[in-house]
Amino acid sequence: MHSGNEPIDAIILQLQANIFDLLALSPPGWGGNLMRGLFHSILIAVGAFGIGILLGIGGAFGKLYGGPVLRDLLELYTTVMRAVPELVLILLLYFAGTDLINRVLELLGYQRIDINGLVAGICVLGIVQGAYSTEVIRGAIQSIPQGQIEAARAYGMSASLMLRRITLPAMLPFAIPGLANLWLIATKDTALLAIVGFNELTQETRTAASTTKAYFTFFLAAGVLYLTLTLVSNVIIARIERWSRRGQPVGGH
Amino acid sequence: MAGRVAASGAIEVAAKTSLWLQPHRIGLVAVGLALVVSAALFMRWDWVPNYAGLAVQGLWRTIWILAVTSVLGFLLAIPIGLVQVTGPAWLSWPAYWFCTVIRGTPLLLQLWFLYYGLGSLFPQYPWIRDSFLWPYLRQAWPYAVVSLTISYAAYEGEVMRGAFAGVARGQLEAARAYGMSRWKLFRRIWLPQATYRALPTLAGETVQQLKSTPLVATITVVDIYAVASRVRQETFIVYEPLLLLAVIYLCITGILVFAFRKLEARIPARLG
Amino acid sequence: MLKTLKIAAAALLIAASGAAMAKAEPLKVGFSPEAYPPFYVADAAGNWTGWEVDIVNAICAEAKFECELVPIPWDGLIPALTTKKIDAIMNSMSITDERKKTIDFSGKYYNTPTAVIGPKGQTFDATPEGLKGKIIGVQVSTVHANYAKKHFTEAAEIKEYQTQDEANQDLAAGRIDATQADSIALDAYLQSDQGKECCDLKGYVAEDVEVLGPGVGAGLRKEDTAIKERIDAAIKAIRDNGKYDEITKKYFTFDIYGG
Repeated sequence: MHSGNEPIDAIILQLQANIFDLLALSPPGWGGNLMRGLFHSILIAVGAFGIGILLGIGGAFGKLYGGPVLRDLLELYTTVMRAVPELVLILLLYFAGTDLINRVLELLGYQRIDINGLVAGICVLGIVQGAYSTEVIRGAIQSIPQGQIEAARAYGMSASLMLRRITLPAMLPFAIPGLANLWLIATKDTALLAIVGFNELTQETRTAASTTKAYFTFFLAAGVLYLTLTLVSNVIIARIERWSRRGQPVGGH
Repeated sequence: MAGRVAASGAIEVAAKTSLWLQPHRIGLVAVGLALVVSAALFMRWDWVPNYAGLAVQGLWRTIWILAVTSVLGFLLAIPIGLVQVTGPAWLSWPAYWFCTVIRGTPLLLQLWFLYYGLGSLFPQYPWIRDSFLWPYLRQAWPYAVVSLTISYAAYEGEVMRGAFAGVARGQLEAARAYGMSRWKLFRRIWLPQATYRALPTLAGETVQQLKSTPLVATITVVDIYAVASRVRQETFIVYEPLLLLAVIYLCITGILVFAFRKLEARIPARLG
Repeated sequence: MLKTLKIAAAALLIAASGAAMAKAEPLKVGFSPEAYPPFYVADAAGNWTGWEVDIVNAICAEAKFECELVPIPWDGLIPALTTKKIDAIMNSMSITDERKKTIDFSGKYYNTPTAVIGPKGQTFDATPEGLKGKIIGVQVSTVHANYAKKHFTEAAEIKEYQTQDEANQDLAAGRIDATQADSIALDAYLQSDQGKECCDLKGYVAEDVEVLGPGVGAGLRKEDTAIKERIDAAIKAIRDNGKYDEITKKYFTFDIYGG
């Protein structure tokens, strides 16, 4: 595989010689570290996305059916979280948030709780995701044909029954594109946690690259891993979207 | 006549304000003001004068990077989006994969890959240091600009693709029927129409771009986030610099949203 | 209800502290997860080893603490300490008056001179005149950053990096003309393949105890005087009983405790 071009030959040689050793799954290869980092990234993304959806449902309902004060506070929450960079929010919520929680606990006389780094990262990203999913879910709920809500009320369904049986299932098809986008954002925002030192994929990549000095190899490998995660997610999301639209009239209105 | 117009304008503004200033809002605004005043009085702000000059520089750098990368990225996004709608397969496939790969990997990774990854190649090829590019390859901001531009172009390419595809076929056909050349069609009909469709999304994406600018601090570009970091590192104050930083970003976002709204208002009214 | 909970919590605390007397007390030690050979080195299995890791373990064993290494980026270490995320910092942090305004330090456990390295082709020394017009790289929030800003005022630019390793990378890449850091860490870099090829030692900087400090110690909160006493005693103990020398011999040919 010689192109006769010296610099390119040098790159190829270096890649061939090292790449499989460096990326080997067990030590002294760093592949295992990268996979562990990927696992942590996925864990954080799932946790953050889940918390985001819960906050989003609550926030959407608050914005649609809540009192004026609640609505204004939620507007403030979504505006600030969507306007301030995630990095600043992560720093604020990580250092300030855990400090405040512990101070409040001390004030009330309880023991300080130790917030695990993983949990803190999930909470921080989840709060940010919550602001975005509030808007997505609110838009989706508003897209539900009014007739369905009226029929549910006419049947005398309680609010929680209507939530469970009508609102949530009906808003799903409208919400899925937006939520799918948020999932992809969540998987990539986990990289920001490298700046606060969490052991997810980007941080592991940085450590591996700086220890072995093979920056190209490891950053490319991490890129491939993230891309695979994105592509697999896209396939799964397409399936979910098809499933959520089952039973709905074809060729919308 | 002018007096009555002015008076009705004033009444309109007063009506809107009183609609907005309902009792609960007045209460919330009062609480907010109280928080701001107590923060101003009780928190440590003695460091602000020392870092004001550096902060202005950092702020300028943030705004400058945002403006340059957004404009360049948008210009790049136009062909990337267009080629996926019209173009021959040998153009549209690379464009599609470009968007997929860039959107599928984190910006931070791309930034570090560009800066440290390319940087690790320099020792091996000494002739790079003699080339005319070297002064730019030496500094950090070109890498920041290139990386953010590529990222913005990929996301906007996707948006523009949808926008180009969404322009009514009838308009394009009518333009061809009028005998417009392809370039004129593009310049007068397709591009403006697509841009109008994309404008609301572009506003959101530009705010996203603003939120991506702090990442350049990790490759030694001194933007406003880096200045706040320096304040935190040198004074060990934990909250105040971050709070002020958040307020600054809120202000910039507000200006951006306002500017885009003004732009959207200038879109000629759509006829159906 | 609140009162019952408080009594229950107090009872639990007493029971727990009673149990704690029997076994080691937990201590969260913060460190920056960056490759800083030979003090902190990561291996492919994700474990951290190195001279400083061994010393931390020795000090903790001696002081009867159960130490847990918590990774926190370098510039977040002191905020993490003051907000009680961690209880100690043992990451080659120099004792300086500036830092002493916010936190306290144990006694020193090593002290090494500060050096400047640069590309092989260029000759200059580690003085303000030698570094005039040059681009210097330093790690943020270190004594070296402060020293460079104070003394090398005629440098073209002082670039600050998140980790010393990134500064070394940029030096190899030719983006900076020099970097100033701990002489041992720089020596470890100069012995690596990349360092051997690109750079050599330019010299040691002039002393400035006010900025560079008398040595490296464990960072502690000001109110944790009990922990400080135990760690000071442990440092003295491992110096006296030979454990310190035993560990040092594994990595160095000389004593790095310093005068």
